[in-house]
Amino acid sequence: MNAPVSMGPRPRHLLDFQDWTPERLKAILDNADTMLQVLDRPVKKVPALQGLTVCNAFFENSTRTRTSFELAARRMSADVLTFAAGSSSVSKGESLRDTMEVVTSYKVDAYIVRHHASGAAHLVARYSGKPVINAGDGRRAHPTQALLDAYTIRQEYGSLEGKKVAIIGDVRHSRVARSNAELLPKLGAQVVLCGPATLLPADLAGLNGVTLTTDPREAVRGAHAVMALRLQRERMQGGFLGSLQEYAHTYQVNEALMQHAESGAIVLHPGPMNRDLEISTDAADGPRSRILKQVENGQAIRMSVLYHLLVGRE
Amino acid sequence: MTPKATILTSDEVRRALTRIAHEIIERNKGAEKLALIGVHTRGIPLARRLAEKLSSLEGVEVPTGMLDITLYRDDLSEVAQQPIIRETQVPFDLRDRRVILVDDVLYTGRTVRAALDALIDLGRPAGIQLAVLVDRGHRELPIRADYVGKNLPTAASEVVKVKLHETDGVDSVELWDVEALR
Repeated sequence: MNAPVSMGPRPRHLLDFQDWTPERLKAILDNADTMLQVLDRPVKKVPALQGLTVCNAFFENSTRTRTSFELAARRMSADVLTFAAGSSSVSKGESLRDTMEVVTSYKVDAYIVRHHASGAAHLVARYSGKPVINAGDGRRAHPTQALLDAYTIRQEYGSLEGKKVAIIGDVRHSRVARSNAELLPKLGAQVVLCGPATLLPADLAGLNGVTLTTDPREAVRGAHAVMALRLQRERMQGGFLGSLQEYAHTYQVNEALMQHAESGAIVLHPGPMNRDLEISTDAADGPRSRILKQVENGQAIRMSVLYHLLVGRE
Repeated sequence: MTPKATILTSDEVRRALTRIAHEIIERNKGAEKLALIGVHTRGIPLARRLAEKLSSLEGVEVPTGMLDITLYRDDLSEVAQQPIIRETQVPFDLRDRRVILVDDVLYTGRTVRAALDALIDLGRPAGIQLAVLVDRGHRELPIRADYVGKNLPTAASEVVKVKLHETDGVDSVELWDVEALR
């Protein structure tokens, strides 16, 4: 039988990357290779999580993350209970607590939580007593998206060590940007966050391996991967931008901007895209684009995360 | 620390594999349409060695693959520590091939059961046979080997250590007391 993994104490949850060592994060990426192989077989399923029940608790609209997690859990033979509440006007504590109390009675083994409020996944982790995976909480974190981004870059270059990743757009409202800014430097990459000053929170400059700039050309210079962020108009209460045209003119990720990046640089987008706003159609669909690859890799990464959190009682 | 007994020396390992290779040829009337798939870890070099022997005896290239059974284990909900997932690589079509599954030690049969499930998920071979270097008994499932290098009655308190040149720098099979290894 296999030797046990020895990478220090295993975190109980994946809420962000605070408690995760680079070794464990690399192991998640490594195991995603195997999961990707599983997804390429005639039988796209393994019995690793047979007998376990995973609750997909989505309190915020989502298509790709919800379906990706649901499929990932099913591919690992877990039973899946999906709770899609949509947007709720009920206060965070009440709606979460009430819902989770009901779900807990179904003898759930793990929770996957998406919520419009930052910190919601932490709240579930605190009182559910079960492993929790944060599938996006407010503006704070979206760890599995960052993992699949890292995996997609690693797939391209073999390693993240010494790679430069430019993340451009609405950084202020982006949990994807925050999670990537936390994860990528842990794996040896350098991150440049770029956007208009109004959408670029200065506190992120304090993170290791992260720099900020309002100049997109400077951001992509020498970059191996360029990620366009969705302009989150639903989270904006006015005053952040002069006009969308002006924004697109300066910050759109397009082939002209990509000319300043490394010659083989790839284009990423966490989706869903506002085509021809934060990203041009030619960049989204062109040879540099790895956007569909990100979606494909998402399932493998989430299978790997489920394995890491639910197998073994370390 | 010394083993209780050396069960097979380097020469004896070689002879056992040679005999198994002959038995495989005899049972399958040659080596056409065969494939050898080794179970991690030591089943892989054993499968490669058997493939070389089959090739030199029959003049046929027998493809080899490697199988990791971690995701098919029946104790994943109980294991204390997380098993490492390793590479599965079967770079050929299993259809119409007779697959010889190769492992170093046959014990409870649970690894073989997992390997059978993993293999069947990869395709539909014409048949599956099992070759092991050592059968130490104590089966918990109705599984038996088709080719055995050495039948070795053991106590549950004993450990069979297979060492191979590719993984351990030397070929041997040793019997140890579990206490001596603690």
